[in-house]
Amino acid sequence: MNPVVRARDLVKAYPAGNALDGVGFDLEANTIYGFLGRNGAGKSTTMSIITSQLFATSGTVRVFDEDPYENPRVLGRMCFVRENQKYPESMTTAHALRAASLFYPGWDHDFAERLVADFRLPLKTKVKKLSRGQLSAVGVIIGLCSRAEITFFDEPYLGLDAVARQIFYDRLIADYAEHPRTILMSSHLIDEIADLIERVLVIDGGRIIMDETVEEATSALTRATGPTAALDRLARSHRVLERRTMGSAGALVFHGIPSEAESETATHAGVRLESVGLQESIVHRTAAAATATGPELSPTSMEGALS
Amino acid sequence: MIEEGRALFLQIAESIENSIVDGSLAEESRAPSTNELAAFHRVNPATAAKGLTVLADKGLLTKRRGVGMFVTAGAREKLRAERRAVFAARFVEPLMVEAATIGLNAGEVIAMVKDRATAVGAQS
Repeated sequence: MNPVVRARDLVKAYPAGNALDGVGFDLEANTIYGFLGRNGAGKSTTMSIITSQLFATSGTVRVFDEDPYENPRVLGRMCFVRENQKYPESMTTAHALRAASLFYPGWDHDFAERLVADFRLPLKTKVKKLSRGQLSAVGVIIGLCSRAEITFFDEPYLGLDAVARQIFYDRLIADYAEHPRTILMSSHLIDEIADLIERVLVIDGGRIIMDETVEEATSALTRATGPTAALDRLARSHRVLERRTMGSAGALVFHGIPSEAESETATHAGVRLESVGLQESIVHRTAAAATATGPELSPTSMEGALS
Repeated sequence: MIEEGRALFLQIAESIENSIVDGSLAEESRAPSTNELAAFHRVNPATAAKGLTVLADKGLLTKRRGVGMFVTAGAREKLRAERRAVFAARFVEPLMVEAATIGLNAGEVIAMVKDRATAVGAQS
């Protein structure tokens, strides 16, 4: 299928260094992407460039095979829900939603009303008086109700409590099922969105380091727990990312999936094999990428930063 | 083979199989749609669709054009036979391994099985 977004060699240079350092990827139609990476990795910059709210120093972006810059044919089909979206001073929630409804041809008014009720959003309150969570809810409603063919959510959950986040995820899945479209969502709550997304894009240090399906990402690493001697055998034939030992038992995280024969031998020796969850998988691989290209960071310190 | 954290689409397929085996999803009745499954399990619709495809490929579900997927006649018996075939390996073997670890012999295990069978009302 023809990708709806093509980004190639995007560089965004700042005096302090490159925010993007050669970002390239495609977005396919009707797919939900998780856009993951540490703070400052370049997620918001990338989304701003694709939606023409920021210029790249070099590189190209094509949206629906066109240049998005000042191109209303393309911009009206994209919705970018910024994490720090600013609204005019005197604007109320109702005004903000009305303005969005005028901009997006696919706007679903009834859906917006239901979501306002779901999130218990005060309509007459000025947007600048809203709490962080309420502000996020406004963004979520605009993002969902716009039904834009490509929707970007930049950390849409900030300030939302667990109940409100679940409402968002549930409405997103239900509406996406009825109205398939392309969604790119940045998030640090990786395990929360792992089942909702189909593909992951991971950006680190201004470069894409992972672009694969969730299934590929979660089957890339295996964890083995059991007696040390049996783990030694596995460690010899796989690239080990992490090893911890306690007495005569230990845990091993390694690349790849053990073969049928290997699994059988290991299981008989009392080893438990399991795939590594998406969040942990990304923490390990981001850490590995960092040690390969930049300053050394232990997986433990990464975990704090990612979650 | 990876035991824990099995692929989501397989878990979804298995949950439907369970409903077929225990009879709550009757033969010839309509199976949940992709969108219903996605909403219920809170997963991407592509994952749900993949789960349904697994069951269709096994002949447990049949597609009726424009209406959806239906449980194939004979699906329940097919699944029961399939599960009986793996019952010993899946349940009895780990049971005996654990029994050996804690020093129970086969006779003692059989006595326990008979005892519990009355409790859950299974046929002896």
